[in-house]
Amino acid sequence: MSIKWFKYSSPQSFFPLAGKLALWFGALALVACGVGLYIGFFVAPTDAQQGEAYRIIFIHVPAAWMSMFLYLVMAFWAGLGLAFNTRLSGMMASAIAPTGALFTFLALWTGSLWGKPTWGTWWVWDARLTSELILLFLYFGFMALQAAIDDPRRADKAGAVLALVGVVNIPIIYFSVKWWNTLHQGASVSLTQAPTMAATMLTGMVVMAFGFWFYSIAAALMRARCIMLERERASEWVADYGRGSA
Amino acid sequence: MNWGSWENFLAMGGYAFYVWGSYLVTLGLVIAEIVLLALRKRSVLARLRLHGTATRQGDR
Repeated sequence: MSIKWFKYSSPQSFFPLAGKLALWFGALALVACGVGLYIGFFVAPTDAQQGEAYRIIFIHVPAAWMSMFLYLVMAFWAGLGLAFNTRLSGMMASAIAPTGALFTFLALWTGSLWGKPTWGTWWVWDARLTSELILLFLYFGFMALQAAIDDPRRADKAGAVLALVGVVNIPIIYFSVKWWNTLHQGASVSLTQAPTMAATMLTGMVVMAFGFWFYSIAAALMRARCIMLERERASEWVADYGRGSA
Repeated sequence: MNWGSWENFLAMGGYAFYVWGSYLVTLGLVIAEIVLLALRKRSVLARLRLHGTATRQGDR
């Protein structure tokens, strides 16, 4: 059996597929976020300690998960591009960065708005918050470095090195609540222990996480399509596409 | 969860600023990203059309 694994590794053949996938994942994101918000606001009970303030959890935790997950995916594509010099890998890495930065900012923003009523402060320089802020700067650094280099292939390579070095920050964020004595609470959901929250709260959070995940895929694919057109504008297939959609 | 009324729902048990401040900024930024992506696509296509016309004229 021969599967054409490499067929979609060229921008030309991936472009139409990416368009279709973006549409489907966008629709899935809308459904998942709709269901997640319904569970979060109308099914999940009021928290005994935090009252309604805890409802920030339904975007805070999924956003924080996505901020780390997207960084790993970005670094994976960047590393692949660095190792095999494939055109599409660098484009995918660049396409993911702004969405990753968006979710990192949202994790910090919603965390701040959650911290004020529960901890009494908007911000504290503890390990979890500081390492997440460093993640935001890593995303910004990656984007700024790529934007500063005119030749896209060289920009990809420089960005890839930065992205790969920055990966070390991800386990630091994840384990920060264990390694250091932080104001931020430990993980509510972990692979080794039963979750320490009501089932409906957990369901709402997981459904929202899927919604954010689908949204990220859709947004990254839409951005990848723009990057493909921009970088390959001199090629015949882009010229054809430009004429076709004119 | 039964909120009873819209007023209660919007009040979020006194945490309206924090809860809605989180949700509205998230919604706003997501919409902004989608709009920026649509604008970027549009500007790429506009440049392609310009470029296409220039090449065709050059061919003559």
